[in-house]
Amino acid sequence: MLSIKNIVKEYAKHRALDDVSMEIEQGTIFGLLGPNGAGKTSLIRIINQITAPDSGEIFFNGEKLAPKHISKIGYLPEERGLYKKMEIGEQMLYLAQLKGLSRAEATKRIKFWFEKMEIQSWWKKKVEDLSKGMQQKVQFIATVLHQPDLIILDEPFSGFDPVNAAVIKDEILELNKNGATIIFSTHRMESVEELCQHIALIHKSHKILDGSLKSIKNAYRNNTFKVGLAHDLSDVTLQTAYLLASQENDEQTVHTLKLKEGFAVNNLLQELIPISSISSLEEVIPSVNEIFIKTVKD
Amino acid sequence: MNKVLLIIQREYLSRVKKKSFLLLTFLVPSLFIGMYVAIFFIYKHNDDNAKRFHVIDESGIFQNQFKDQKNLSFDYPQHSYGEAKKTARKHKDVFILHISPDFEKTGNVEIIGEKKPGIALLSDVENQMEDILRNKKLLAAGIDTAVLNNTKSKVNINAKQLTDEGEKDASVGATYAVGFLGAFLIYLALFIYGAQVMRGVIEEKTSRIVEVIVSSVKPFQLMLGKILGIGAVGLTQFLLWILLSTGLSAIGTNMLSSGDKDAVKTELKDTKNDLKAETSVQKGDAAKQFFKAAETINFTFIISTFIFYFIGGYLLYSALFAAVGSAVDSETETQQFMLPITLPLIFTFILGMNVVVNNPDSSLSFWLSVIPFTSPIAMMIRIPFGVPDWQLALSAILLIAGFVFTTWVASRIYRVGILMHGKKITYKELAKWFSYKE
Repeated sequence: MLSIKNIVKEYAKHRALDDVSMEIEQGTIFGLLGPNGAGKTSLIRIINQITAPDSGEIFFNGEKLAPKHISKIGYLPEERGLYKKMEIGEQMLYLAQLKGLSRAEATKRIKFWFEKMEIQSWWKKKVEDLSKGMQQKVQFIATVLHQPDLIILDEPFSGFDPVNAAVIKDEILELNKNGATIIFSTHRMESVEELCQHIALIHKSHKILDGSLKSIKNAYRNNTFKVGLAHDLSDVTLQTAYLLASQENDEQTVHTLKLKEGFAVNNLLQELIPISSISSLEEVIPSVNEIFIKTVKD
Repeated sequence: MNKVLLIIQREYLSRVKKKSFLLLTFLVPSLFIGMYVAIFFIYKHNDDNAKRFHVIDESGIFQNQFKDQKNLSFDYPQHSYGEAKKTARKHKDVFILHISPDFEKTGNVEIIGEKKPGIALLSDVENQMEDILRNKKLLAAGIDTAVLNNTKSKVNINAKQLTDEGEKDASVGATYAVGFLGAFLIYLALFIYGAQVMRGVIEEKTSRIVEVIVSSVKPFQLMLGKILGIGAVGLTQFLLWILLSTGLSAIGTNMLSSGDKDAVKTELKDTKNDLKAETSVQKGDAAKQFFKAAETINFTFIISTFIFYFIGGYLLYSALFAAVGSAVDSETETQQFMLPITLPLIFTFILGMNVVVNNPDSSLSFWLSVIPFTSPIAMMIRIPFGVPDWQLALSAILLIAGFVFTTWVASRIYRVGILMHGKKITYKELAKWFSYKE
């Protein structure tokens, strides 16, 4: 869908993107992560052709990115807003027409979306009369109105209450199911876990991590397990694992154990069975948040 | 291009639909006309009440010497000053002119009445008394006033201009007025509509809609659309003003000219009062001359050059205003960048009103009227006086080149500026933005 190849972007003395490449597959929800100032917005602006890279290329469905692709991309910027004094309906029509829709087609689709979101009565309202959450909803609709193949959402959930955030999340999933590829830039890692199939991490102008969510999580597994036992292991020295932590509950003690080199989880179980009854066993898989913080710190 | 049209449409309609636009469009011409009418009526109304003077002349110099004028008559009652005062109380428009017996030594004269006499009335009486005294003194010196009147000469210069169509009245007053008006309107318009462009840019930047829009159109298209849209608003406003004021003043002129006929009639009746009548005829002549002269000015030419210089000057300056708007986060921050924009405008306006008007063909006037930053104002002043074709062409070409240049410079600053937030911007920063690649 989108091939980003060796993008370099420099501002005066600051290099915002240094040789960044990534592949975004058709139909995925792609998480673009990174701390503030890492270069995410620079990259997104280049994909949107708001700015041009100093070197490197981007291909959209195999074609070199060109102005004609603008109508196939929907962009919800992090810093977003609307004309305060303009009526919602007129404003949506304007934005949709700028994306290349005819006035008639745009009207039809706006009506469809307004019904779907149950906001038909907003047509004649002015933006300044709406709450922030309502404005965000309108803005989201404006982003997807022209049925773009690629939707770029920068912090789409900021400003939403939990109920509306859930509504928007469902809409994102539905758009994705209907074939749209979604680039999702955020700091909210729990939403990344819920939505993304693929993530890339940008830090200090470099891409430092890229892959499917599953494979990245697998890569960050470090043979650590949480084992619930009837007995406390603090006095026991295990042959197969190190005890990292233990936490006493009502009926069991949960031990965090890291396997020693050359042992598998079954070896650990074999060693534990004679010592105590086992009530639970669970592998510790790092959350995206942990991976994020770990990689950025390293 | 289609997208630029959409932007122009939005910028235009969102402003023209505003109540403030309608208000300004109708208010400005009606205010002018209203003022005109008000002055006319006040002037006319003042003349209405006839005033009568009882002259109590205890010095004997002025007895039967005053001449009756329009709305002003004199009589010489035989009763004393005290008695006259009593009768004056009863009549509103009666004044007592009391000249004391020792007038020749002290010059003391009193006017007493129920109302305060107006300044015009006082000066009329004063003039008459001075004339009477002068005549008396001249006679006493043995000079005949008839001879003296013959020595008064009247000079009236009629400036004529040699043109292809023969001699034309070089109506200096009217030319001055037309040039001044054109220059003043352009000066005003550049500020008003330039500031609107700037405010529009700041609005888009602070409301953060700009990033959504530049993901659909190029920043340059957005800037151009805004500039052209607001320019169209300006032109619409001017056209409406011209239409409205010509309409209203046509009605006004009708009213005035019917009033004039009355005036002529009374003048004919009062031929005796030649002194006053003569001056008013002279005034009428000057006005007629002015209008006759105004007719010699080629208004189609002036209006079309006005529109050209308005559009050219507006494009040149509004691009700079847009660049300033893009560089700041709020209107209060614009000050530091406004000086280079406002300075040439104010500078030209002041020079134009003082130098160009008095010396439209001097080399300073020439340079001011060809340099693009100053030409919209300076040339408007010069045009009614007549400008050689080659100078006009040079000025027009340079103005077009000028706005292409400023638009190019401004757009390079604009494209970076609109996406910058929360940073205090310096001139150095602007220069850096300018040199950024795409």
